[in-house]
Amino acid sequence: MVKTKFRPQTGFMNRELHEFPGGVKFKTYKEMTDTIPAIQHPLPNKIILPVRQHIGIPSVPIVKIGEQVLKGQMIADADGYVSIPLHASTSGKVIDIDDYAVPHAGEHEATCIVIEPDGEDKWFDIHPTDDYLSIDPKKLQEIIRSCGIAGLGGAGFPAHVKLHEGVVNTVETLIINGVECEPFITCDDRLIQEKAHYVVSGTRMIRHAVQAKNCVIAVEDDMPEAYEALAKWIDDDIELVMVPTRYPAGGEKQLIQTLTGKEVPSGGSAIHIGIVMQNVATAASVYRAVTRGEPVISRYVTITGDVGTPRNLQVLLGTPIRDCLEACGYQHNDNHRIILGGPMMGIHIRNTDIPIIKTTNCILVNQIRPIPEEMPCIRCGDCFTACPIKLLPQELYWHAKTENFAETQNYHIFDCIECGCCSYVCPSNIPLVQYFRYAKTQIAAEERRLDGADHAKKRFLMRQERILAEEEDKISKLEKSQIISSATITETEDKKSYIKEAVTRTRKKRSEIKQRQSDQDKNND
Amino acid sequence: MIELIVILILGGLFLFINIRLKSNDKSENQKSLNTHTIDAIEKLLPQTQCGKCHYSGCRPYAQAIVLGKADINQCPPGGEFSIRAIAKLLGKESKPLSDNIEEDVIQSVALIDEDNCIGCVKCIKACPVDAIIGAPKFMHTVIKKHCTGCELCIPSCPVDCISMVPLRVKTREWVWSKPNSDHKLVL
Repeated sequence: MVKTKFRPQTGFMNRELHEFPGGVKFKTYKEMTDTIPAIQHPLPNKIILPVRQHIGIPSVPIVKIGEQVLKGQMIADADGYVSIPLHASTSGKVIDIDDYAVPHAGEHEATCIVIEPDGEDKWFDIHPTDDYLSIDPKKLQEIIRSCGIAGLGGAGFPAHVKLHEGVVNTVETLIINGVECEPFITCDDRLIQEKAHYVVSGTRMIRHAVQAKNCVIAVEDDMPEAYEALAKWIDDDIELVMVPTRYPAGGEKQLIQTLTGKEVPSGGSAIHIGIVMQNVATAASVYRAVTRGEPVISRYVTITGDVGTPRNLQVLLGTPIRDCLEACGYQHNDNHRIILGGPMMGIHIRNTDIPIIKTTNCILVNQIRPIPEEMPCIRCGDCFTACPIKLLPQELYWHAKTENFAETQNYHIFDCIECGCCSYVCPSNIPLVQYFRYAKTQIAAEERRLDGADHAKKRFLMRQERILAEEEDKISKLEKSQIISSATITETEDKKSYIKEAVTRTRKKRSEIKQRQSDQDKNND
Repeated sequence: MIELIVILILGGLFLFINIRLKSNDKSENQKSLNTHTIDAIEKLLPQTQCGKCHYSGCRPYAQAIVLGKADINQCPPGGEFSIRAIAKLLGKESKPLSDNIEEDVIQSVALIDEDNCIGCVKCIKACPVDAIIGAPKFMHTVIKKHCTGCELCIPSCPVDCISMVPLRVKTREWVWSKPNSDHKLVL
């Protein structure tokens, strides 16, 4: 299907667009799924809900094994500020709370709450919020937090934290990000086409929550249907903008640059330049949370690549990936590899028992191709040209490879967004992003090591001090006891001398008396 | 004439400073330099105080390195990280862990079998970081958060109820592996 470039007729698009540096253009493969309506995936046999589906502190289970739960009931509570609660995706019985495989590049296991659905799909008692405009923005944020809303674009940063920053600082622009720049993924596109009303209303609610002056919804110029769908619901209060299709236009920093021309400072975040960004799916969940009190329990997921019928599914969180793949006619084959996320930033997984979580946007099935051999760097500089952050991937590569991590930090490795453009354009097939991920996690590990050593040192010194104090205490006690004993000695001496004195005194008296008596006797005589 | 005076003054000043510098106690200078180096090395050591380097603790080992008595590759819990960091600090070549020192393969923490603990307080006295709590004739336990895995408590236990348990890597602390390429850098 060849798409004609859609040119909007209405006056929505009056914003001057800027260009971000670098980036790459490639075939997007979105036509495989972006015109097929999403279907509701049936209730699975088992729901596996990891307690950590967001960036931050894992939530803490508040249900017990064997307990009956209802759809939308909170089953794990937030633990701290950068944390969100978790809700049951359907009604049923909690059959296990233990470690299960979760979506993770290192194929880790983490605490999950497993629910056996009872098939009734009975809702918990949830309440809508009437007239959100009249309530305090802080209250609105609390609703968003209690409904477990994390950024559904892929990073999973708790939404209320970003919104709270928006209340503390003045927000110039609220950007709702519908720019789905990775190839193959169309879940946001389908969501906008099918639930444009949710997105637009949710946008207004977020706007109220952060008290933003301006509000922009951005989509890519290869999403004309989504644009039209949004245009139907939009009023003058929201700008609707189409940005040119180029990877990674949907990255937070890149989209900000495209829309405002401003750059997010190194090491800073969007709020430092007065911008809050949320994904379209997050906006839709905010709408559900406010108008119905419904927590995040399902999401759109694109199942694409070498599957029978590639399409988008609306899946309950906790559904095993295997079920979704089978629903799209996937037959297991050793020549296939499964990627969670897009082809540029996704992770390769082997175990298909892992569940769909809040941040899962795409499952891509690919033919395994031999990994091209890594050749020496020829210093062509293509990676620098492609880097959207204007880093020096070549320098970073040398230093990461030689484990000179301090130097990689001088080249701002932590500003790298791991978009993969540099690896994509490298003519020597160097897996540059892999090196950067390795260096980043190594630096973090070294910091943890030093912190741990500091902690141990502090405790060791405290112990030394304590032991010393104890010894000193002992010595001083000993000295004291000596003083006491010496005091008793002097006392006894005093007594002795007192006795002696007394004795001499009495003797004297006695001799005096005797003398007197003898004198008297003499006198008498 | 003025030039001559200037030269004389400068020359005098130079001589004076020179003499002052020379008269400064050399050993004193060296001493403070050494203390700085010892501090810097100690910061790179894991502070487990485990004595696996054949010295009584991390600071004594750092002192031995500075005095040239010990090599930089004798700390098993510090491993590659400590060796690399110390080598960089001292401008030496990094090397693998010394052969006559046992390697710490997996990071682990001590665990007291609470059913068998007799409450003798001996392990509490052995722990260099106060990570064990308990009282005489009461069960003891290890505070996992504070345990550095130094293994010093193990020999102290008269009933052998302490074992080392490998620490599971937390999901958040997982580290990407280095891309496996044998390709050498062409510089």
